[in-house]
Amino acid sequence: MIESTYPHAPASASASADARLGPATAELLQSVVNVARAIFAAEAGSILLLDRATDELVFRAVSGQGQDFLVGRRFPAGQGIAGWVAASGEPLIVDDLRRNTAFDRLLAESTRYVPDALMAAPLIHGAEVLGVLEVLDPAPAARASLPELDLLSLFARQAATALQVAVSGCPGCAADGRDDPAADKRQEVARLLSDARRLLDDL
Amino acid sequence: MTTAATTASRGLTWGLRGRTPADLPVHADVGPPPAPPTPSGTSAAGVAGLVGGTGRGVRVCVVDSGVEGEHPGVGPVDGSWAVVKDEAGVRVTESAAADSCGHGTACAGIIRRIAPDCELHSVRVLGERFSGSGEMLLTGLRWAVEQGFDVVNLSLSTTKNRFAEELHALADAAYFGRTVIVASAHNAQVESFPWRFASVISVGSHQETDPDLYLYNPQPPVEFFAHGQNVEVAWIGGTSIRTSGNSFATPFVAGMCARILSSHPRMTTFQLKSVLYLSAANVRVSDLPQQPSPREGTIP
Repeated sequence: MIESTYPHAPASASASADARLGPATAELLQSVVNVARAIFAAEAGSILLLDRATDELVFRAVSGQGQDFLVGRRFPAGQGIAGWVAASGEPLIVDDLRRNTAFDRLLAESTRYVPDALMAAPLIHGAEVLGVLEVLDPAPAARASLPELDLLSLFARQAATALQVAVSGCPGCAADGRDDPAADKRQEVARLLSDARRLLDDL
Repeated sequence: MTTAATTASRGLTWGLRGRTPADLPVHADVGPPPAPPTPSGTSAAGVAGLVGGTGRGVRVCVVDSGVEGEHPGVGPVDGSWAVVKDEAGVRVTESAAADSCGHGTACAGIIRRIAPDCELHSVRVLGERFSGSGEMLLTGLRWAVEQGFDVVNLSLSTTKNRFAEELHALADAAYFGRTVIVASAHNAQVESFPWRFASVISVGSHQETDPDLYLYNPQPPVEFFAHGQNVEVAWIGGTSIRTSGNSFATPFVAGMCARILSSHPRMTTFQLKSVLYLSAANVRVSDLPQQPSPREGTIP
């Protein structure tokens, strides 16, 4: 569940996470969607970040289908599958979407691409959801399976931590190492990598 | 056996001063027949008789993204409300039977399949707007408990610690008030609430294909596992899709609760949990010698 803005961001600067995304962060997000797409042999992948000022989700990186025109597109954060994932903080897999006329219409209007299957996981760091990582039309072997949902969730958490580090930098790092937020983040990254290795071993 | 408090005992809170057992009658429903023996011991499935209802007379509330009205996979929605947030604050108001994404409709359809004759109600806590979703979840759940619904399906949780204490108190109030909260464990290994509380029935997904199989977890806090992988569910637009997640295992157990309560309406929440435990496919009453618990032998 989302209540707060990006950590370390002053209230007046919380209107848009987009403004805080420099070239390096954009490259990071693009890398994340490229890897997510590769892991699941998917037709497309995308990252949507929350804009709290407008209650919208914004496409910030896209790989594959829609790459040319989706970045920057916005839609209401409380609606659709990505909206539910962002609001609930839960990952979700849905399949058989092409025979779902309601989904086709809504999605086609905004993205011009109608997937048959969609996996979505929150970009969650601590108790904060920063956005949503979506994978569209993963390979059939990677669909509708709980271990794959676990893998996507774990990868999304890793990406969220990296995003957090990229956006917030290391303001206020203590010289003596005490209460060092960067150290905490490095520790979390290490833990997530360890979790990912264990999960991949189990697959 | 199922029980119900009598009018005479309603004032009882802290002690039994001045009251005798005769002052505390508790009326119970007739229990199930003895369980038949099986090669591996006595099957706990003897409690199956307790699970035989259809949900008739039981009021179930889905706290989620709303439920689409007149969906062929859901049937009648007996009441639709929504949590709204405006200048006046956060409040619950009557609304159209609509769903902002399909998730609540999916949960309602599963409950309808398991307990076809139950009353289905919806309170939408997601979809109005994004901000303040934890507050809206708490408001919607509190409202459902105050309305006295028999079963509340909550395929949601919050990761916000600041809501934990209030949710805990609410879950306990529901438990004693005989509103059963059936709550999804988080899909990821994330700390969230209220599924962590013992006063709710928490549910995760198993990976089996049998849609009616449910299991008890010998190592809680997630207490039960039900079908949550590749589940065919109702979705918006009168359609259906396949999906996976704890969200869709939870309404199966909520539906089971409705069935049990429809045949044994005086059952308390702790009895309900016992019936689910005893009727889980992996629970057997065996003749194996009991292992001493770590605390045994310490009392003279």
